[in-house]
Amino acid sequence: MKNISVYVDHVTRVEGHGNIVINVKEGKIEECQWEVVEAPRFFEAFVRGRKYAEVAHIVSRICGICSIGHTLCSLQATEAALGVKISEQTRLLRRILIQGENLQSHVLHAYFLAAPDFFGVPSVFPLVKTHPEVVLRALRMKRLANDLCDVFGGRTVHPITPTVNGFTKLPDVAEIKEIRKRLGEATPDLEATLELFQTLRIPDFKRQTEYISLKSKEEYAFYDGVIASTDAGTTPVENYRSWTNEYLVPHSTAKYTKHVRDSYMVGPLARFNNNHDQLSPRAKKAAEELGLPAPCYNPFMNTAAQVVEAVHAVDESIRLIDELLDKGLKEEDRRILLKAGRGVGAVDVPRGILFHDYTYDKNGICKEANCIIPTNQNHANIQKDMEALLSQMLDRPQDEIRLSLEMLVRAYDPCISCSTHLLKVRFV
Amino acid sequence: MKPKIAFFDFACCEGCQLQVVNLEAEMLDLIGAVDIVQFREAMTEKSDDYAIAFVEGSITREKDIPRLKKIREQAAILVALGACATIGGVNCLKNFQPSEEVRKYVYGERADWYEAFAARPIDAVVPVDYYIHGCPIHKAEFLKVIKALLMGMKPEIPTYPVCAECKRAGNVCVFDLGMTCLGPVTRAGCGAWCPTYRDNCAGCRGLIPEPNINAEKEVLKKYGLTVEQAIGQFRIFLGYSEIAK
Repeated sequence: MKNISVYVDHVTRVEGHGNIVINVKEGKIEECQWEVVEAPRFFEAFVRGRKYAEVAHIVSRICGICSIGHTLCSLQATEAALGVKISEQTRLLRRILIQGENLQSHVLHAYFLAAPDFFGVPSVFPLVKTHPEVVLRALRMKRLANDLCDVFGGRTVHPITPTVNGFTKLPDVAEIKEIRKRLGEATPDLEATLELFQTLRIPDFKRQTEYISLKSKEEYAFYDGVIASTDAGTTPVENYRSWTNEYLVPHSTAKYTKHVRDSYMVGPLARFNNNHDQLSPRAKKAAEELGLPAPCYNPFMNTAAQVVEAVHAVDESIRLIDELLDKGLKEEDRRILLKAGRGVGAVDVPRGILFHDYTYDKNGICKEANCIIPTNQNHANIQKDMEALLSQMLDRPQDEIRLSLEMLVRAYDPCISCSTHLLKVRFV
Repeated sequence: MKPKIAFFDFACCEGCQLQVVNLEAEMLDLIGAVDIVQFREAMTEKSDDYAIAFVEGSITREKDIPRLKKIREQAAILVALGACATIGGVNCLKNFQPSEEVRKYVYGERADWYEAFAARPIDAVVPVDYYIHGCPIHKAEFLKVIKALLMGMKPEIPTYPVCAECKRAGNVCVFDLGMTCLGPVTRAGCGAWCPTYRDNCAGCRGLIPEPNINAEKEVLKKYGLTVEQAIGQFRIFLGYSEIAK
């Protein structure tokens, strides 16, 4: 019987710090652990005492990659607490921003963080020499997404213009038209992306779990809706606490969650499993071409779901921008009346459903705050997947086990800064 | 031989490293000019043989200190990347609440599992050679600094305030839009990024040398802020500096 010992100290090509620890003695798994070792940051504590208008800017700094998602979720929660009803124009602009962030995050993950494993190289940099067209395409698509975010949010990383009840400055119509044109021209790059990801080998592994995301009658939900689960139907976002049930584990600075089962999954694959009917026709076709069935229980296919959502993001941005240009942009009165209250926001950001919950006093000072981050919700599911994958791989060479476990973690695109931060594999 | 550079992070959102990845058009030139030997966010291979270290994030735990000192020993040039590293940034907001209470609020009765001390910029622990300011950093400024370093020159960063850049950009003063702004005392170099989008400057690039703090406090007072509220404004990014205490 064999012994396996793996320790990946800080898993790479993920956002944040996490370790994988594996210890198998005589064919028996003694230790199989996903450790989150990010420095704790305490945002929920320190937004208390801040004014309502500052909170979104502060919590945006939870994460550089999903700063648009945090900003919008925070604004939603603040507006719910203060009883502010946003205009149709504001909602439209925010939904475009979410698509921009989703596109930029998915392109970054699929091309820069996940794809190198499939090419058998340690990062995207060696591909500059061997596959320049792949790298140039990835950079072009990322630039398109970042420019889209810049036009609508002033800045991709920590957006400037989204504020309570609107935008400090509306996007420039000429710039909107220019980005609309470029989105229309993205088709060859999307097609080439699909071709590339069809050729990548996905490990054969299945483990059914509970999948949780937003759901809306109107569209493939990102910005608003109700919470939906493959096990338990739907519930209003205000009930998020009883659906997430946060708990702590000693080897992790991030919180874990569970609902119906021991773990659940959020993110592109969860959204796809819940809402695939509402994808754009082109995104549906992309799912078929990538061999992504609905529902899909292979967590490695999360990367394929990202590619599908990237196609959807381009189509949806075009649709929403056309609607915006059709209606025309106008300056709106952003003034609000302050009142005491509590509000919950929920946005499905690139890595999954995100919740912010604030309580304000009558002067608009934040008194209580709670944030539940997508990656936190995935930690327990990563752990359960690791256990299942390891037990079916015990006869494989140690290096293969290590790579598969790293790829598994990476497929979740964990954002450990958010969750607090994560990734290393340790075989001890 | 191409200079070897490495990226590291402590408590932060990794948004400044993302800004480097977001260089896009200039990315290939950068890869051509330097040898990136460690960048956990983007690559698996790593080497501890590097000459220039870019460090993002604040120091918030005892165990961060030996790690940072080791980076300092190895690197001929150490560059602080972004507000968390250069001035402490938003992480320092927690320093104004009792540590025990902060940990309890987030982690409940398991607070003891989570070690933390007052957040600080990296130059509170080791000497820093150069600073790339901002939350997030500005891509153009990162390129300017790295170009200077590659040519063996000292990167120049502005010593005048954001206010000057804002006027040059022809922006309407955000004070006139009914907001308060730290632009008069904050170091320029971002092109008055936030005021250009009609938001106020919150001071993420740190203070200019010899800022006229009393004059700034007077201005904030004139626009209706109490002393306490004015100090509160400084705490968002400048919590580690004297001005916010």
